[in-house]
This record gives sequence, C-alpha cells and structure tokens, in this order.
Amino acid sequence: MLAAWRTVAQRRQCPRAPALLAAARHLASQTATASAQSASVAAEVPSSSSGSEPSARLSSSSQQQEERMDFPGGSVPFTAAMSFLGGTFSPRAPLPCYRTIDSAGLAIADADIPHELDQETAVKMYKTMVTLQTVDVIFYEAQRQGRFSFYMTSSGEEATAIGSAAALTNDDVIFSQYREQGVIMYRGFSVQDMAHQCFGNIHEQGKGRQMPIHYGSKSLNFHTISSTLATQLPHAVGAAYALKLQKRNACAVAYFGEGAASEGDFHAALNFAATLKAPVVFICRNNGWAISTPATDQYRGDGIAGRGPGYGMASLRVDGGDARAVYNATAAARKIAVEQQVPVLVEAMSYRSGHHSTSDDSSRYRAAEEMRQWRARDPVARFQRWLVDQGWWSDAQDTSARQEARRDVIKALETAQKAPKPPLSAMFEDVYARMPWHLEKQQAEVFAHVRTHPDACPADIPVK
Amino acid sequence: MAAASCTLRSTPLPAAVGSPAARSLLAAPTRPVRANQRCLVAKAQKRELMMWEALREGLDEEMERDPTVCLMGEDVGHYGGSYKVSHGLYKKYGDMRLLDTPICENGFMGMGVGAAMTGLRPIVEGMNMGFLLLAFNQISNNCGMLHYTSGGQFKVPMVIRGPGGVGRQLGAEHSQRLESYFQSIPGVQLVACSTAANSKALLKSAIRSDNPIIFFEHVLLYNVKGEVHGPDYCQCLERAELVREGTDVTIFCYSRMRYVVMQAVAELEKQGYNPEVVDLISLKPFDMETISKSIKKTRKAIIVEECMKTGGIGASLSAVIHESLFNELDHEVLRLSSQDVPTSYAYELEAATIVQPEKVVAAVHKVCGVRVAA
Repeated sequence: MLAAWRTVAQRRQCPRAPALLAAARHLASQTATASAQSASVAAEVPSSSSGSEPSARLSSSSQQQEERMDFPGGSVPFTAAMSFLGGTFSPRAPLPCYRTIDSAGLAIADADIPHELDQETAVKMYKTMVTLQTVDVIFYEAQRQGRFSFYMTSSGEEATAIGSAAALTNDDVIFSQYREQGVIMYRGFSVQDMAHQCFGNIHEQGKGRQMPIHYGSKSLNFHTISSTLATQLPHAVGAAYALKLQKRNACAVAYFGEGAASEGDFHAALNFAATLKAPVVFICRNNGWAISTPATDQYRGDGIAGRGPGYGMASLRVDGGDARAVYNATAAARKIAVEQQVPVLVEAMSYRSGHHSTSDDSSRYRAAEEMRQWRARDPVARFQRWLVDQGWWSDAQDTSARQEARRDVIKALETAQKAPKPPLSAMFEDVYARMPWHLEKQQAEVFAHVRTHPDACPADIPVK
Repeated sequence: MAAASCTLRSTPLPAAVGSPAARSLLAAPTRPVRANQRCLVAKAQKRELMMWEALREGLDEEMERDPTVCLMGEDVGHYGGSYKVSHGLYKKYGDMRLLDTPICENGFMGMGVGAAMTGLRPIVEGMNMGFLLLAFNQISNNCGMLHYTSGGQFKVPMVIRGPGGVGRQLGAEHSQRLESYFQSIPGVQLVACSTAANSKALLKSAIRSDNPIIFFEHVLLYNVKGEVHGPDYCQCLERAELVREGTDVTIFCYSRMRYVVMQAVAELEKQGYNPEVVDLISLKPFDMETISKSIKKTRKAIIVEECMKTGGIGASLSAVIHESLFNELDHEVLRLSSQDVPTSYAYELEAATIVQPEKVVAAVHKVCGVRVAA
C-alpha cells in the first residue's frame, strides 16, 4: 500500500506528495483492525485534498518504513519488489516422492523408516494383496461373462490401499471413492462378502441396493461408497469433527483419485479441515488417469500434494507402489492428525494398470508400451521381493497362497450367485426411519401389480 | 392407515382434530417423537416470543438435552446467525458445537452428513435457503440416500434449516423457494414452520428425528410473535395444523402464506364465507388424514403457495388430491402460486409475482360462488 502511494506521488510530482505520503504512513501505522480502514481512508485523501489542506492530525512526521502489516486476511511482510510466484514464473521443483523400496523391490539404504513393519503385519499385507489381485482378476472375468453387471479393478494400486490400511486402527473412520477394495479387505471384509455385494444378494450389508463395488460396513468402520466423486471428502471432515467432539483417539481417512481432486468438494474439504482443525488424513491415489483423461489434462500445478500447503496443511508425496513407504507415510500422517488434531494430505503416486472399469477399454487411449512398463513395476511383486529378502516369504508359500485365493474366490462367486436376492418389499424400506403413507401406498401398488403380472418380477426375487 | 404417526412405534390418533379445542395450541394433536408421555402434559408453560427467539429456545433446549446436537454454518457461532437463531449460544456451548464454517454450502452440508453418520445430530444452517442449491448434490445424493444404499447401516439424523421464500426486495437470488426443488428427493422429509409456537416445537422434533429433515423457515416471519410451549413440548412433523375450522372451502397453505390466507379470511368472513384453513406443516409427506378429512367436509380445495406454478408443492398436492379424493370434490382444485419468473427487485413487481390476499378472496368466490354479505 505504502509502496503504491510512493510511486503515485512521485509520478505526479505532486507538491503535496510528502504530506500525502506522511498521511498515508501515519494512517497505516494504526492498529491491525484499523489498517484496512486506514488504507481506504488514505485512498480518499487525494480527492478530498484537491483544494484543501490535509486535516490537522496528518502530520508530515519522519518516514517510518513498515516491515509488515497485520491485515485481517493475514500478517504479511512488505516488499518493494514485484515478483510473481508460480505458474510460468519461478517454477518450483515438484515435491519429492518418498520411497523405501525401489522398482525392483530392493530396499533403499538409509530410507526413513519411522514405523518398522513387523513380520506379522507385513505378511498379512502381502497375503491381502495376493487375495486382492486374485479377486480383481476373477471378478473382472465374472463380469465379462455376465455373472454380474459391473466391476472395477485396482491393479497397480494394491500397495496404496493395503499399505495405508495397515497403518490405521479399526477406530479410524474410512471414506473411500471406489478403487479401495484393498482397504476394506485388509480390515476384514471377506472375499465372500465382496461376492455377495457384487451379486446384490440377501447376505450383503447393503441389502442389494447399490451397484457392485459400492461396499460398506459399519462394523468395519468403512462407509458405504457413494458414486459421486469427492463427496466423501467433506463427509470425512464431518466425521473427524464428530471424533474430535467425542474426544476419540481416532481420525477420519478419505481416499480419492487425482481426477476427483478437481471437484469442488475436494477444495472445500481441505480448506474446511485445515481451518477447523479436523483430524483427517486425506489420501490421494494419483494413478495418472481419470477414465481417459490423463493427469496432464486434469491439473497444471504440482499434483495434489502441491495443493496441501496452500490450504495450510502438512503434505507428503509417496511412491504409491511401495507398500512399506505407504505404510510409513500413513502411520506418520495418522500420528500427526490424531496428536495435533489437524488434517494431513498424502499423495500416493501410482499407475492404474487396469481399465477404469468393466465399461472401459483403456487400450483405446493408452499406449501398450506405457502399460507394459508399469506392469513391470507391479507393487505386489516389489513388496514380495522385499518380503522374501526379509526371509518372511517364499516362492512355495506364494504358489500355495495364490492357489488358495483362487479356490476361495471361485467358491465365493458360486455361493454368492446361488444365494437369493432381497425381496421386493425391501425396495421401500430404509428410505425413512419409518415408512410414510406414500411409500406404503406405492409398495401396495407394486405388490398388486406383481400379483396380477407375475412375470413382471424376476423369478429369483421374492415379493416379501 | 398409519399415515402420520409420529412416534417410532405406531399409536392411534387422538380425536382432537377438527374440534374447537384444536385451535388452542395446548390441545393441538401433537405427540413426542420419542416415547415421552410428558409431551402431552397440560402444564406446558406459555410465553410470547418472536419466532427467532422461539427457534433459538428450541435449539438451546435440544443442545442442552443432547450433547450430540450441534449447529454448523456460516456466521452461526460468535455472530449468532444472520437471523439470530443461535444468538449467544456459543457462550454456553462453545465454538465446537456452534461451528462457524468457511463459505462452501456443499462443503458444510457434506460435513453435516459425515458428522451425522458418525454419531452426531448436526443442524446445518443455510444463511438463505437459496444458497443450499449449492448443497444439492450432498442433499440428494448422500443425505437422502445413504441410509438406504448402506442397507440401513448408516443413518443421517440431520436437520437442514434456513430462511427461504420471498422477502422484501431481496432480488431473485435471495428469493428462492427451495421446497419445490427438494420435494422429489427420496429419503428427506420437508417441514415448514409458520408460527412462533410451531417453529420451536417442530424444530425440537426435527432434531430428535432419525430422518434427515429439511426445515423451512421464512425470511419475513422471524419477528412474528406468539406463545410458545415449554421444553418438553414437541410437535409432530407429519401433521398439518388446522388454523381455522370451516365449512365452505378448504384453503391449504404453509409458511408465510398462512398469514396471507388469514388476511383474506378476515375479508371473507365479512362477506359471509366460512373457509377452513389448513396449514400443511409437513410438505413431505403430506398429512393425508387431515387433508382428506377436510376435503370430505368442504368438497372444495384451494392451495395457496409461494412456490412457482410449475412443479411447486401445490402441483404435487393438487395431483394427490385429484387422484385420491376426486369424488369428494365439487370443483377442481385451484392452485394459487407465484409466477414462473425470477422475483423482481422492484416492490410492485415483487408483490405481483406472489399471491396476495385479494387473489385468495377471488379464488374463494370462484369455487363457492359470489355471496352478498349478510
């Protein structure tokens, strides 16, 4: 402000320049709350003094240089230099990506490991990865065969899901997007549970109401997936707020992709979490692709981690294909969130090796060579190599684990497919706590229609 | 039919509806949302408060009663809310339970959904109902849906409230009537308060309900004075209010239109008419019991609403009445609504877009025939 008036006064060669400058400085040296007002008053001084003397209280005292100003919007230092930051000006190096295992699976010397992985946890992580990979392959095939309508794989992101899940406690409330089946599986959602959900049968927690892969389990503290992108991020902030009010030793965790991070809810949630000091760990799966939109068409800044500091949030970029790094990053983030009661942003860099979903064929927009290169950096293989190097896993165990997983998955699908579907009456329940009259009426109409047109209702769906 | 039973378990309706005593607030056929029989205790205290004070009192009582109740929104904490509904409450409950949020309606609506699913009973305040258009995604896709799509695992016991309706020259963007946009959303309940008494008693019920409730207040009604009940008095969310018992015609209204209608009624009484006035209160679901009982008596219905003609609450109600009470009607249902135009800033134009008492009088003439005053 002061610099601006100096320039104006000099340019105009105004005889009153020293007085005006002094007036501006005098006004600017008022308290912080009045500073905004004084800035606007100073702006009016030239017009009011066109014919009159400046008011008596504005004395041409000695020029004091303010070093900084306590604007209500922030306490900021002044500078006479004008230099843009960001964009094409003074481009910054991207935030470095934390990793502890290289692309081949070899441990990196002297990596920061604040949270050592013990054998039990590491083996559980790996076994879950094996199961997850098996589920992804076989469920995808099952969809292609028409056994159920839809599936989304998480190939290439197993370490992101499972590495992070392993670092959380069961009290941490999880909100996810749709590609985090590894998280709910690590928590205890069985292959059979997953199959039931995909077939929408009578055994699944969602009562057959949601499409496949929209898992949810209250007992596992994993919120039912809602298709809308990024809407779960403000939910996580609300859950964190609840945990904070209840003084619980837990945090909320929200998973999302780099594409979803373009949605307004992402920006709202991060700003809210930081401003309100909500204990949320935001975990972004930057897998490079949002259906056919590459990340280069999704943002121009430094990925998603680069946004965190802008919101006043601690941020970390991590190699999403390195399960051990993801584990450490999440454990550290969780610790910050719970102990300091603030949000943390973790961006896991990875690659979506599979198609967006069974409704997509990514070979239409991706180079085969690119996909091949990334498959060669399979996160599961990397972690397996590390596990073997620790002496905690062997090829024989691997073979038998994969065979067992395959048997379990095939059997789970068969069982789920044979199980009955929820009744038609369930369509009208749970819309409200109690069924209001208009739903009772609509339900009665549906029942009446089905009675007179029995083929209107599929044979495997009971009415009540 | 178990139409508008308000308790979590089904109880029969009292016989008070339609009786002269029903016009007295004390005898109104209301009941608690939880099985608390003391709600119907006759020794309810009555004092006169303005609606904003009544809402504030209800909020205060519920926050004291239940530590999971909290309020979030813009300027609701230290500022006390743009319409003073949370005035001073932060001193009693702290900054966490009266939470000032940054400006993002979809953000704090989502936050409310997440908090509700994590054991709290949040009240989300939109500074103006119109701003909640920004929160539509969260309200429709999550708030109304998640109890259902989660198979009943997660419930969303939240209240979404704020002032809406046409004010005094606030311009089109601040004169929205969101009830017509929200009414289709499955899973949400819509309630419109209109008096100091029902605003407090309904808000208490809404807070205690496990359903997500969209609670419509009106910008011009915050200073309306009236007697309010004590801390144990909750009003049924699904029950309409009989404002005036009559015989000639049933006039349905809600929110500020209640007063427009009663202004018209003052004139109609002089002309010798005896209209029955029903304040809908519950915009979704409609209280078909009260509605059908009234229409069977008068055989004529007029709907007076502030919504636009197209797709308003009146459009839904008119369809439901025609479908279910066709043979009880002597005349098609008349619908008095606002024009399908953005609300002008100019005073006269604004007045012309909404329903005025003269229009209500003319509508009664139309369905009942013109009468000469006795």
